[in-house]
Amino acid sequence: MVAELEFEKPLVELRRKIQELKEFMKTADVDLSAEIEKLEARLAKLENEIYANLTPWDRVQIARHPQRPTTLDYIERLFTNFLECHGDRCFGDDEAIVGGIAKYDGLPVTVIGHQRGKDTKENLRRNFGMPHPEGYRKALRLMKQAEKFSRPIICFIDTKGAYPGKAAEERGQSEAIARNLFEMAGLTVPVVCIVIGEGGSGGALALGVGNHIHMLENSTYSVISPEGAAAILWKDASLAQRAAETMKITAHDLKALGVIDEIIPEVKGGAHRDVDEQAKRIDCVLRRSLKQLLALDGEELVRQRYEKFKQMGQVSFLPETIRAR
Amino acid sequence: MWKDLFAKKKKYAPLPSEQARHEVPEGVMTKCPQCKKIMYTKELIKNLRVCLSCGYHHPMPARERIASLLDDGSFCEYDADMISVNPLGFPGYIEKLEEDRRKSGLNEAVVTGEGALDGHPLVIAVMDSSFRMGSMGSVVGEKIARAVERAREQQRPFLIFTASGGARMQEGVLSLMQMAKTSAALKRFSNDGGLFISVMTHPTTGGVSASFASLGDYNFAEPGALIGFAGRRVIEQTVREELPDDFQTAEFLLKHGQLDAVIHRHELKETLAVVLDIHQKGGEEGWWRN
Repeated sequence: MVAELEFEKPLVELRRKIQELKEFMKTADVDLSAEIEKLEARLAKLENEIYANLTPWDRVQIARHPQRPTTLDYIERLFTNFLECHGDRCFGDDEAIVGGIAKYDGLPVTVIGHQRGKDTKENLRRNFGMPHPEGYRKALRLMKQAEKFSRPIICFIDTKGAYPGKAAEERGQSEAIARNLFEMAGLTVPVVCIVIGEGGSGGALALGVGNHIHMLENSTYSVISPEGAAAILWKDASLAQRAAETMKITAHDLKALGVIDEIIPEVKGGAHRDVDEQAKRIDCVLRRSLKQLLALDGEELVRQRYEKFKQMGQVSFLPETIRAR
Repeated sequence: MWKDLFAKKKKYAPLPSEQARHEVPEGVMTKCPQCKKIMYTKELIKNLRVCLSCGYHHPMPARERIASLLDDGSFCEYDADMISVNPLGFPGYIEKLEEDRRKSGLNEAVVTGEGALDGHPLVIAVMDSSFRMGSMGSVVGEKIARAVERAREQQRPFLIFTASGGARMQEGVLSLMQMAKTSAALKRFSNDGGLFISVMTHPTTGGVSASFASLGDYNFAEPGALIGFAGRRVIEQTVREELPDDFQTAEFLLKHGQLDAVIHRHELKETLAVVLDIHQKGGEEGWWRN
């Protein structure tokens, strides 16, 4: 049973009504099929209406859905022979990030991604998908290894952010993230990044310096969570809904801002409703991306990535006359 | 009027406003936030804004920093006229920018340019926390990336002084991407053998600490500077444990292996000159012949 979200309540209500009528028809010997058909048509219409007009906040809810498919769900469906590789060789193994080697339709690749848990127990082990420095250092180790053996790298992004904790600070959370940005910029193999859930700030970007960046339709990518933004901007975390709109964090917003390449359409109602189908949709985009990028040599890949990030941002210039000095 | 002379005097003295009690009006006197001692601003500035009594390092405006380090008349500014736009249409952002421009006399939170330190040519970027808390939006990222590019083209060392609350919220994800942009520029520079020195000053947090600030071939910091990824309050709320007093200070980072050295502002120029000297190609001419 899929947990329903707030904005889906009218649908739930209608579905319940249809179910009731169906059961009533079974017990009482009345023909309600015309009635049921009408309601089902209305349900289909309402579904289309609701899912075609999702607000940014609705999408935040879908991106955070407890049953939203995770990195390992997609790895299982998109790759074969996945061998998970653990540890950063310095401190430990951070289970908030998974990574390893695999084959993608026969092509050797390295796959890395943030990993949330599916239940409380797994979430504790995986720290709710919020990495420590050793997670980023493990990711970097695997990327360097991929570069050494000329394997493309595929990164799945899905984190609320890098973990804000004492130990993380002591071990250099800042440096670990910065180092990944720095080293990813220089990788001579193709890097494709796909935001599959929440793309939370620097903790997400640390796996995000790719040649191509794609986002699932209902995923988000932002400098700060809507709650955090609301708390800082208006001193009120309950204004998160408004912040989700103001901060421009949806896939469509990011496409318009020139930050991402493609929006990967989701199955109706969100990826969690049909993981297999969603994996197929990712497959199409990933295949196209890799084909394009594999045509470039190492130097071209580095240049393409550099130019890509260089053009991000918007600036202007003061007219001569009103310069401050 | 006669009557006024005899009017009953008010029984209470006017209390200074909350703000006035904490900081003596900008200008003649300055109160040290650490030892609370009041001193002449002029003397404080002459002392490179290091408290004359306790050694507290007050924030240093970008232009003062440049003047204190670079050889007279050597500085030439880059992109002085680059200003921010409002890419998200964020309410009130343009007004805030204008206000800060007026207050700080700066067009943005970083000043970049080239000059010479003790005769060593270099490219320099100095952040200034008096403009939007030194936060990094598109302009800060672009100016720094361009400065790194120039350093690469001219084969000069790149020196940065960071002071920033992190990414600039009002430019959303575009601010976040500046972390990648600046880091990518530094990677390219580094691959070409460029020398990058990062000096973290108070405060260096969030997206700035998690990008270029931490990427120096040498990472230095000023005493007492707050440096960290996540805010102290956020951490306290997450871990619910007491954090040590020196948590996220330069000294804390040094102890945990995150910095090469903590350097007093009075010794900064000398130290930087030594580092620059050691990186001169080939060393001093002909030493091996002796």
